[in-house]
Amino acid sequence: MRIRTAGVVAAAALMLVAGACGSQKKSDTSTAAKKSGGTLVIWADDKRTAALKPFADRFGKENGLTVQVQAVSKELQTNFLTASQSGKAPDIVVGAHDWIGNLVQNGAIDPVALSAAQKAAFSAQSIKAVTFNDQVYGVPYAVENLALIRNTALAPEVPATIEDLVATGKKLKADGKVSEIMALQVGQNGDAYHIYPLYSSAGGYLFGAKPNGDYDPKDLGVAKPEAQAAFTKIAALGEKGEGALKRSIGSDNAIATFTGGKAAFLISGPWAITDVKKAGLSYDVSPVPGFAGGKQAQPFVGVQAFYVASKGRNKAVAQEFVANYVTRTDLAKALYQAEPRPPALTAALDAVKGDDPDLQKFLDAGKNGVILPAIPEMASIWDPFGKAEAAVVGGADVPSSVQAAAKAIQEKIQ
Amino acid sequence: MFGLVAKILLLGLVAALAVWAAFPLIEAHAWVGLAVEAAVSALVFYAYLTPRRLPLKYLLPGTLFLVAFQVVPVFLTMSTAFSNFGDGHRGTKQDAITAIQTASVVEVPGSPEYALKVVTKGDNAIAFLLTDPAGKQFLGDAQGLKPVAGVPDGYTPLNLGEAGARSQEITKLAVPTAGGAIRSSGISRAYEGRAQRTYQAGCDCVVEAGTGHRWTAHDGSFVDAAGQRLPQGWRINVGLRNFTQVATDSRIARPFFRTLAWNLVFAVASVLTTFALGMLCALALHTDRLRGRTLYRMLLVLPYAMPSFAMLLVWRDMFNADFGLINRLFGLSVDWLGTPWSARLAVILVQLWLGYPYMFLVTTGALQAIPRQMTEAAQIDGATPWQAFRRVTLPLLLVALAPLLISSFAFNFNNFNAIYLTTEGGPFPADDPTAGATDLLITYTYRLAFGAAGARYGFAAAVSIYIFAIVALISAISFRRTRRQEEVYA
Repeated sequence: MRIRTAGVVAAAALMLVAGACGSQKKSDTSTAAKKSGGTLVIWADDKRTAALKPFADRFGKENGLTVQVQAVSKELQTNFLTASQSGKAPDIVVGAHDWIGNLVQNGAIDPVALSAAQKAAFSAQSIKAVTFNDQVYGVPYAVENLALIRNTALAPEVPATIEDLVATGKKLKADGKVSEIMALQVGQNGDAYHIYPLYSSAGGYLFGAKPNGDYDPKDLGVAKPEAQAAFTKIAALGEKGEGALKRSIGSDNAIATFTGGKAAFLISGPWAITDVKKAGLSYDVSPVPGFAGGKQAQPFVGVQAFYVASKGRNKAVAQEFVANYVTRTDLAKALYQAEPRPPALTAALDAVKGDDPDLQKFLDAGKNGVILPAIPEMASIWDPFGKAEAAVVGGADVPSSVQAAAKAIQEKIQ
Repeated sequence: MFGLVAKILLLGLVAALAVWAAFPLIEAHAWVGLAVEAAVSALVFYAYLTPRRLPLKYLLPGTLFLVAFQVVPVFLTMSTAFSNFGDGHRGTKQDAITAIQTASVVEVPGSPEYALKVVTKGDNAIAFLLTDPAGKQFLGDAQGLKPVAGVPDGYTPLNLGEAGARSQEITKLAVPTAGGAIRSSGISRAYEGRAQRTYQAGCDCVVEAGTGHRWTAHDGSFVDAAGQRLPQGWRINVGLRNFTQVATDSRIARPFFRTLAWNLVFAVASVLTTFALGMLCALALHTDRLRGRTLYRMLLVLPYAMPSFAMLLVWRDMFNADFGLINRLFGLSVDWLGTPWSARLAVILVQLWLGYPYMFLVTTGALQAIPRQMTEAAQIDGATPWQAFRRVTLPLLLVALAPLLISSFAFNFNNFNAIYLTTEGGPFPADDPTAGATDLLITYTYRLAFGAAGARYGFAAAVSIYIFAIVALISAISFRRTRRQEEVYA
């Protein structure tokens, strides 16, 4: 009796297996179809996925292949590297240009061979940003940098220097119209990206340049006396000085402080404009002012770009898409509409500039900017640099804070 | 009957899963994996089809899950700890060589830019139909270039979809020329390029054409005579290096004991404060005379029901020195997260709020299991309520709750979110940006391993093994002491 039951169970289980095999066959043919028809997989963040979708579909339809745009909302770079490692890489990935150093050292992206004419269609700055070790590694589509956004109802005049800005801010504060002199995000652990314009205006720099124009990790600006001088000036704006820079203003509340009318000045990028418009403020955009008698304030210029994955299955088509399709004006315009960052394609910029005067203003603000270094060593800068900033803004001793940051960076770089 | 149907369905499911998982394994030529899979499936079928009563029938599912979700990850962590796996050292040596060679291909100066058509003769290998700017046409294949006029007989051009299907062939095809090779750029353009750097197996090194500069393989990277290494490296076994680095690296050794001390204080304080408050609430509500007990209990459990991620961020904002609710509400101007001790107090307060409902719940449960006669007997014997609590209720509670307290300690010892989402380890002393006042070992090492200069998985794995050792040691000692207590009271 028992043995018979076992037999029944075995037979029934095998029948289920047969059923499973049947469905297995079906999925097998579908993967086979994928292989023969050609599939192009693109990874991007949420916002860009929505903008890319219609264009990707059209590209697929025109050329008889399936294009999948997949949203990776968190840790896109890390996920892409992990996927490349395990053979599940997409064909194309969309991301910031300062990833290039790390993606290249992991052998995850291939150079893109753009013709001279194609390169000329982009702003020179954006092509320089995606060039690494003399190779172009991505096709840029948007450029972004910091600028000064001011509430024109409170501060009608463009401040010529940071001292002017602080004076105006203080007066408004004394009059009770605002509660903060300006909104520049610092946070408890600092923010190297946002303080860099002031740091550069006060004479500081991050890396020297090699003869070919690349950044030289051996020449570390934070370890130089210029950095001490620059941080001394930043400290004077801090909590124990003018009170213009505060650790209590961080990435989570800087824009809200401005849109809530608590500050007349905001130093931020094109991504803040959506919120500013929503708040219904009258505003204007101008370059970040420098210190009186100092150098020009240089914001970092960042570029968003399309990359071809080294481990993709469909590299020929990926190259074709990136080099000859992403360079089209209408795609650049659609990406702009998804999020208002200035297009890197000159023709696309000209097309949308008319409707959106802010774009040109942001570009002007970034004209003197420095391209965000893409060398892998840059990753070692952010954290110690930011912490030194937070320390001096909070009133800590400048020389020891800057020396400690320089030491921490040097230990990591070597 | 029902049992039989369930058995058939479950075994069918196992068989289906096995078949489903077998195909990718075969495709990847993972024969060891396939053998393991077959053996496990066979074991499952044997255990449940044999008419004998085996203890294995009860133990098998739990054991399999234990192996899959506990033992395997531990082994993976261990094996990673002995490697240099991380950014710049992710793949194999062959991957690194391919990447170096691909990245060094530059356009031959002065070479023409070709318009490309990918063509094929029947189902044979593909070829490139190239048109230079002057309009001259060539057919290129692996042998070389030959001039043609238009698409040669028998060849048909591929459209993009067809080309996509043969993408790998197209990328691989390099038409040899005098100056280098013509490669495709997409499927409509081609250029003549030359790899500047090539790997030579003889010297196990990478040589640059023209300059003769060479980088020799050493320690997972190609390094030149001056000590400069190429960015593309590969994964190698480094033995105990990650472990010794933790012990000898001054950046880690220097703040280690300070961080460990605070880590212990944080874990102990989190457990004790939450337990004290949770127990107090439970005792207060452990009386029949109180009306609306259920309502109070529901309210007390509320913080536990909210997602702690969101709550941690809300608390961080509430402790903001200028805009935070706490300073505004109490009219204070404390720089909560800006000075070491106030920040430490703040994170413990947040833990208290997040953690006491759990302690309240478990204490309420444990209290109901203590017979009322015990406390009544103590009262009759003339004990004050405090004495009754101290000598009767608390010890009995601890017998039931000690294991939970220990696991809560182990959890809080590695409570990454509690720190990372509130202070990120800060505030940091001005002269040391690497170790903050509220850093736990786990947040501190997370920053070392992933915070900057790319991910270092091998190193992170070694550190987590150290942390595991510390937690295991403390837990083992505590369990020992608890067992002694149980022997007294149980």
